[in-house]
Amino acid sequence: MRTSPFLVQPTPLQIVMLKVAGALLPGIALYAWTFGIGVLVQIALASVTALAVEAGCLKLRGRPLQPFLSDGSALVTAWLLALAVPPLAPWWMVVLATAVAIGLAKHLYGGLGQNTFNPAMVGFAVLIVSFPAQMSRWAAPLGLGMAELGGLAQLGWIFTGQLPAGLAFDAIASATPLDTVRTALGQGQPLAQILAAPIFGDVGGTGSEWIVLGWLVGGVFLWQQKLIPWQLPVGYLGALALTASAFHLADPAHYAGPGFHLATGAAMLGAFFIVTDPVTAPTTPWGRLLYAALAGVLTYLIRVFGSYPDGVAFAVLIMNIATPLIDQLTQPAVFGRKRGKAA
Amino acid sequence: MSRLHAFHGGIHPPEHKAESNGARIVQVPLPPQLVVALNQHIGHGAKPVVAAGDRVAKGQMIGRAEGRVSAAVHAPTSGRVLAVEPRVVAHPSGLAELCVVIEPDGEERWIERQRFDWRNADGPAVLDHLRDLGVVGLGGAVFPSHLKLAGARTLDTLVINGAECEPYITCDDRLMRERADEIGAGIAIVRQLMNARQVKVGIEDNKPEAIEAMRLACGGQDIEVVVVPTLYPSGGAKQLTRLLTGREVPAGVRATDLGVQCFNVGTVQALYRALEHGEPLLSRIVTLTGAVARPGNVEALLGTPLSHLMAFAGVAADVTGHVYGGPMMGFVLPSLEAGLTKSGNCIIARNAELFPPAPPEMPCIRCGTCAEACPAELQPMDLYWFARARQFGRAQERHLFDCIECGACAYVCPSNIRLVDYFRYAKSEIWAAEKSRDAATLARRRHEARQARQERDKRERAERLAARTTPRPAPPPLPEQVTPQEAPAAPAAPTDDDKQARIAAAMARAAARRAGQAGKGEGGDGA
Ligand code: SF4
Ligand code: SF4
Repeated sequence: MRTSPFLVQPTPLQIVMLKVAGALLPGIALYAWTFGIGVLVQIALASVTALAVEAGCLKLRGRPLQPFLSDGSALVTAWLLALAVPPLAPWWMVVLATAVAIGLAKHLYGGLGQNTFNPAMVGFAVLIVSFPAQMSRWAAPLGLGMAELGGLAQLGWIFTGQLPAGLAFDAIASATPLDTVRTALGQGQPLAQILAAPIFGDVGGTGSEWIVLGWLVGGVFLWQQKLIPWQLPVGYLGALALTASAFHLADPAHYAGPGFHLATGAAMLGAFFIVTDPVTAPTTPWGRLLYAALAGVLTYLIRVFGSYPDGVAFAVLIMNIATPLIDQLTQPAVFGRKRGKAA
Repeated sequence: MSRLHAFHGGIHPPEHKAESNGARIVQVPLPPQLVVALNQHIGHGAKPVVAAGDRVAKGQMIGRAEGRVSAAVHAPTSGRVLAVEPRVVAHPSGLAELCVVIEPDGEERWIERQRFDWRNADGPAVLDHLRDLGVVGLGGAVFPSHLKLAGARTLDTLVINGAECEPYITCDDRLMRERADEIGAGIAIVRQLMNARQVKVGIEDNKPEAIEAMRLACGGQDIEVVVVPTLYPSGGAKQLTRLLTGREVPAGVRATDLGVQCFNVGTVQALYRALEHGEPLLSRIVTLTGAVARPGNVEALLGTPLSHLMAFAGVAADVTGHVYGGPMMGFVLPSLEAGLTKSGNCIIARNAELFPPAPPEMPCIRCGTCAEACPAELQPMDLYWFARARQFGRAQERHLFDCIECGACAYVCPSNIRLVDYFRYAKSEIWAAEKSRDAATLARRRHEARQARQERDKRERAERLAARTTPRPAPPPLPEQVTPQEAPAAPAAPTDDDKQARIAAAMARAAARRAGQAGKGEGGDGA
């Protein structure tokens, strides 16, 4: 170093990314516990794809491999994608989505730090638009008395599409709680009756509500480590809960309450791991709050009034476009130039 | 105990103060030669008033203050002037600047010191006296002290800076421990000169002995010694002022105009020596630390070659270079042959263990960690982006010049981006552009002047023609005659002087701005 400062805090990017990945572990463990090892297979597939595509893109762009491959950002993208696809989705889906995320959403925009859109959400959006049917068939949680797939059988299904003899996919798959509610409401069933079904637990989906707790634990860890600003998760979950409460109060028979919306789908994962993607979110304190809150409201609207299984991805992608504008509108006052005391 | 007004951001780098703050200040033996730079302060360099061969007494003025922002320079000891010539100075550029080289005679023969009755002198005389005794800020910014004292009829709060927030540096710590009484006496003087309503001394809580000593020294004086949390850069003048008074002094505004002013403890002690004992600023305390055998604080004559100091401290074999100042805001010394200057509060010998090489720079991920650390409440990642894209105007709109170059942002950046380098680059580009804009304005003025002259000549010719056609006798035709008022319109020499002046003015403005926003920053002059 030839110029000051001559000291740097040893928190390189790798450590940041490692901590983010570590924060996902509790949720992932609960996920595997609830739905079987499918999710682990998806994570492995996504990781390998991400590293391969990252290396290929770096090569094409003539960038050094080592610092960028080891920064961990591609892995975090891969893991988030793997968590967003159904655990029993065929192997090529997550591979395709990861390739799109890293190759198009990240490197076509100029690589790490340059992308406008959250890469994982771009990959996810491509899947959901192209393969809506596969994307809405989630595995049924284990232990609900439905037919279950063992670990090997899950592997076989993901890679070959073959199920053990005598088993149809419909027997082991189920719609997600969010989907179930929307479909049933569409058929005119009252909400209370829908929520009494066995796939619903105390607040969200049976089993999956525990996974949500896992994301929450990881998220609080990240906040405690000062790796995510509180404005993003709080703004997001707060706005989602408030919007849900407003609708619920207006018409309890048709609109589930805030607890249900926080505990289902990708809301909690999104709040702590997706909305918080620094590259695509605003950087100012108020901007972050505004961004996250709008994403929360959008998530609710897309969930309830749209036709997709969940609203997190599209809400985040839409808000990504607004990030530069939000940043510009929410510039904080600088030292000595507050409250009109400017020189 | 008054309330603290925490400033935004700040960082906690490892302190590394214990190495050097344990032992008493020791005097460095006389070096064989002193290389005294004539520009040791913000503003214009002093003008030499001695020549090679002259004998000088200790304390004799060797450089006279030149221009408004300047201060005098003195012979640190008695001896013979060997040369007045450009020498490498303690500046990152490594360029040579005018220095007075003195060979000490070892007699320490003082010049006759003038007793100066500052209590009964009028304000301007006191300020001139301080200027002529070369008193400047010793916290690192070296802003001439008389300028900070000027212009205050009353002051709400006088802030005394003993925070010493930068890692490694302990010279103020030792000074407070050992010479608290002189600092106390200096505070009383400044308080009276500035007619300050209250005085607060800010010291970081990692210096309990200094706090104790200062409390003792300030006992009967109605001076509050305030313990502030250890958080870099609490010793920045603006940050400490905010901490102790809640007032924020914006960039480019004189602190005095907002009723506050901040002096470093070393400066106040020097003020005391100057006003009570008529002593010019001849030496300073400097921390020698890092990879040295005997880290500690020494009192050294200004102009002492830095190599002499480092030899005194015992440089380790694996040293790869030296930092002048602290590790957050200092710079790498181009050569140890330069002499100690008034700004030299610390020299750190670097080795790979204490200062590992910078990790490779990664792209900015917009994590905002830098903004959270920035005491100036800027958005460093945006400034970085603008600087890279050469959008200097936008960087300026976002208050690039409010950046005090404290380095907190670069310290925390997980992508190891050398943010401050980009800011320095952007600032220098803007200064350069301003200079050429000034030059363009000048060219336009000249052009306009010439046009005006031609018009006038034409008009005069026409008038003369008209006059000749009248029957009355014409006024004497004097085609070359120019009235005195019109003289400046003539090209050549005067305009060139004007250009020089304008460039000088632009540079002085830039210097003043630098002064205004330098971390230990002294008020600037609001230019
Ligand atoms: S800390 Fe570094 S990576 Fe983070 S926003 Fe600032 S410049 Fe970018
Ligand atoms: S160097 Fe400038 S931008 Fe960086 S933290 Fe300090 S004041 Fe802020």
